Amino acid sequence: MEKVVLGNHAVSYGVLVSRVQTISAYPITPQTLIVERLSEMVADGELDAIFTKVESEHSALASAIGSSSVGARAFTATSSQGLALMHEMIHWASGARLPIVLANVNRAMAPGWNIWTDQNDSLSCRDTGWMQIYCQNNQEVLDSIIMGYKVSEQVLLPTMVCLDAFVLSHTAENVDIPEVKLVDKYLPPYKLEIKMDIDDPHSFGALSSPENYMEFRYKMQEAMDKAEDIIIKEGKEFEKIFGRKYGMVEEYRTEGAEIILVATATIASTAKASIDSLRAKGINIGLLRLRVFRPFPVKDVVRVLLNKKKAIVIDRNISYGKSGIFFDEIKGAFYNIEGDKPKIFGYIAGLGGRDVTPEAISDMVDDAMRKDKPEKDIIWSGVKL
Amino acid sequence: MKHDKKKVEIKGASDMPDMPASLGSMASNKTASWRNLRPEIDESKCIKCFICWKFCPDAAIAFIDENTPPKINYDYCKGCGICAAECPKKCIEMVEE
Repeated sequence: MEKVVLGNHAVSYGVLVSRVQTISAYPITPQTLIVERLSEMVADGELDAIFTKVESEHSALASAIGSSSVGARAFTATSSQGLALMHEMIHWASGARLPIVLANVNRAMAPGWNIWTDQNDSLSCRDTGWMQIYCQNNQEVLDSIIMGYKVSEQVLLPTMVCLDAFVLSHTAENVDIPEVKLVDKYLPPYKLEIKMDIDDPHSFGALSSPENYMEFRYKMQEAMDKAEDIIIKEGKEFEKIFGRKYGMVEEYRTEGAEIILVATATIASTAKASIDSLRAKGINIGLLRLRVFRPFPVKDVVRVLLNKKKAIVIDRNISYGKSGIFFDEIKGAFYNIEGDKPKIFGYIAGLGGRDVTPEAISDMVDDAMRKDKPEKDIIWSGVKL
Repeated sequence: MKHDKKKVEIKGASDMPDMPASLGSMASNKTASWRNLRPEIDESKCIKCFICWKFCPDAAIAFIDENTPPKINYDYCKGCGICAAECPKKCIEMVEE
């Protein structure tokens, strides 16, 4: 069924058709509409789930961890400060290997108090063992919730589905909401092998000494390695059933390109318009959109960028004292690679929800084209000095 | 991964579950070896208030029925002494193991 829905409601519908069994909810702008719509779905009997109102985001994820531990398909949503308050439980969910799906509406961290989009909230969870997906439109938001459960329940790592504050969360777009019965063909019920069960009691989260702690971490990394293949496989499976294609990355007009623009989330969807107008001017440029951040798409990044003259990375985030985070990861991906590596330019743009317009993107491309190589790791776009 | 009631030998990552949970059942994993003081209930003084049962942090005191004194499960009791401290009749004594 095609419907015009906000990005936040695309999340709610994704949760509905995935037959989620528990929702733990705590409000925060700009996420609240997700759980608000879910509360209506549960109250109306549309969704057979337990809806729990909790007293903080820390409790929201703790509650999802409890539900997931007994074998229920669990969901929660948050944003920015809320995600920060969850942080202890973020580690717990992945360490306990629970396939929870969390929607994070990317919002800048305070202070200065800001409710608009940037990625520093979710990227602060980089090293927690969560898979992370950055969406470019509302359809991808809905689809990523369904695929999130499909992948998470196979590799036993949680998934964070990220959508840009307001640019997606409060923007209405045409979204195909698949029938639950069709989703059932794709997403089987969640079965957990070792779960909290009074008839078969196990000890959970008990002491793990230096003798065995490292092996648990080794297994998490193994799961992340496996996740890349499963994300690709499940993306293809998804296309067969729903007709929409997803992978680790998306390429746009990269054939014959000498310069590749690298972007994520809605900056990437805007960048497609910039690519079209730059191509019309005869510039051989294409776009690489990184959809999955963890596991990091090293193979795709190297495949697309090797033998290109320049890569222009736009980061709506910053690692203070270093550079843009995607820029840094991309540079790192190339270090041990032989061959003709591109000059990699890193632009910081759009922090705190500042609009990244097609003109701003063209300016970054112009700037990179004028230079032989980047003079420093951070080039600020549009900052007022 | 197979997990049965027996104690499980772990050599490396491949023997371990993905999640940090015990493979063997807690029914076989007795955890009372830390105890050096054991609580003993003097049943003749017990008024069956079940305060000890409510306070035991390890759920190691069993409720049988309202007319029977509670029973301490020495397979899991760690000897913390909370039951003895909370007992209003002071009829639980902590005895050296």
